[in-house]
Amino acid sequence: MAVLSTPRSAVQLAGKGQPLREHVFRIALISSLAIAFVFLAALLTYVLVEGWPRLDSRLWENMPSIRNPEIAGAQSAITGTLWVISLTAVLTLPTGVAAAIYLEEYADKTRWWNRVIEVNIQNLASVPSIVYGILGLGIIARSFGLGFSVITAAITLGLLVLPVVIIASRESIRAVPPSIREGSLALGATQWQTISRQVLPAAIPGIATGSILALSRAIGEAAPLLMLGAVSFIRFNPDGVMASYTVLPIQIFNWISQSREGFHYLAAAAIVVLLAILLLMNSAAIWLRNRYQKRW
Amino acid sequence: MAMRDSATASGTPSSLARSRPRHGEAIIKAVLLLAALVSVATTIGIVVSLVEPTIGFFAQISVVEFFTSTEWGPLFEPPSYGVLPLVSATLITTGIAVLVAVPLGLAAAVYLSEYADPRVRKFCKPALEVLAGIPTVVFGFFALSFVTPLLRGILPFEIEIFNALSAGLVVGFMIIPIVASLSEDAMSAVPAGLREGSYALGASKMVTSLRVVLPAAFSGIVAAVILAISRGAGETMIVYMAGGGQPNFTLDIGKAMQTMAAFIAQAGSGDVPVGTVDYNTIFAVGSLLFVMTLVMNFVSARLVRKFREVYE
Repeated sequence: MAVLSTPRSAVQLAGKGQPLREHVFRIALISSLAIAFVFLAALLTYVLVEGWPRLDSRLWENMPSIRNPEIAGAQSAITGTLWVISLTAVLTLPTGVAAAIYLEEYADKTRWWNRVIEVNIQNLASVPSIVYGILGLGIIARSFGLGFSVITAAITLGLLVLPVVIIASRESIRAVPPSIREGSLALGATQWQTISRQVLPAAIPGIATGSILALSRAIGEAAPLLMLGAVSFIRFNPDGVMASYTVLPIQIFNWISQSREGFHYLAAAAIVVLLAILLLMNSAAIWLRNRYQKRW
Repeated sequence: MAMRDSATASGTPSSLARSRPRHGEAIIKAVLLLAALVSVATTIGIVVSLVEPTIGFFAQISVVEFFTSTEWGPLFEPPSYGVLPLVSATLITTGIAVLVAVPLGLAAAVYLSEYADPRVRKFCKPALEVLAGIPTVVFGFFALSFVTPLLRGILPFEIEIFNALSAGLVVGFMIIPIVASLSEDAMSAVPAGLREGSYALGASKMVTSLRVVLPAAFSGIVAAVILAISRGAGETMIVYMAGGGQPNFTLDIGKAMQTMAAFIAQAGSGDVPVGTVDYNTIFAVGSLLFVMTLVMNFVSARLVRKFREVYE
């Protein structure tokens, strides 16, 4: 880091004039970062402390109950989350990766329709999640007639995280050096052979990492599902894509809205489970990135 | 390896120009294009789902009442449809969030980009990502059952159980990673030569950070801040859970307020019959929120282009 060593000695040469101001500034910067971390630590500690006593097998073995927080569990919400997220993955990952391949490998950037697609993806990435709930309610649940079912939730969440999958996959595909493609084409491979046998295998670790992060965003998402029937009281596991459902974040939200104190601890315990799932997924993503990422 | 097998299997590698059209390749390209068009269909879907009920809404409620009346009570008798309380609540909670996130996020970005040891940076950036990855319902829980009681204990003025202050503060912490991470990227992209020139002129590290690096990275920082604002304005769960479900046209941040997103969530989660004014109301407010975030993204993109400093 030649860049860093130069300024340090430069500061020493010039610094005699106002060392105090420099120190105060530096300390202010560090404490800003520290405040953010203190907030994060407080949040995690609070959730753990509140949830720990209630964190036992009742949580995943029992069904929700309105009356009795002692025997209430979140089994239907946990299986509901698994159903919705698996289906979201099945729908959104192939679509997102395919779109990324098109945009990186095929699209002629000078054509207006390709530019429209690009701008559109950028914009979609910053549409509030609740607006996707409106899309789900107005079009997917009502116009398509899919109702408040697992499939409606999965399509809505899939569309919500699609831009994330596309953007991550594109970056990963772009990182594969052109020489790999040129070598493959020079050997007589067609464009699709080049993509499927050279580019994609090299880009898969990055695509997988981005996909896991996108899905972990979908797992924690609650706002659009509020509008898609997930708030109803569900005491059974979903048995198909058209079944009614609830998911973990919404179950947590329901328990927080209850006034009885027992539900507060129950909500905290369920949050610990949710955070544990997310931690597991994120660790997997980081592991994948470090283990398989190629440096060209 | 597979490549060579297929090349030898296909016999003569002679033809430089293709002898026959490859239909398979064309079909694959078409399928991939179709996947890319799903995103366009999403946007069209959003607009279509918003437009029809919104038109239905304004057929029954005057535009003037919607934008000027200061009372929001679709369920009152008689009902009133002034969106201002929802807009003001959104602006106030987002404003509080920005007051938290911009100074803290920018300072963190300057530290990480200009001061921090590479090892410290390697640890801090993923830790900030953790903050960004926490589900909003968890932030909402924390705001309602930890931050609000804390504020009620230490602040001298009255704070209700549901209040805009707690909601805004926690939204602020939620968007710190956006501000910090994107601004840090922008500052790291400033070429080292500019810093070295500044040091060579005798400027200190603080002066270099504030007068050279910050202005050079300005467009990226503005884009980061606007993106964070737009995320904050659209945030639903935290403001719904901690800010309450009561439309309130007031500047008192200790009071409960309902933002636009919170209204959509609350009204949308009830069982509202299709085609009624109540149903259309959700979509009218949704349209306003959608347009507001769209304008912010547009402004952000414009600013980036206008102030972009290009270095080779």
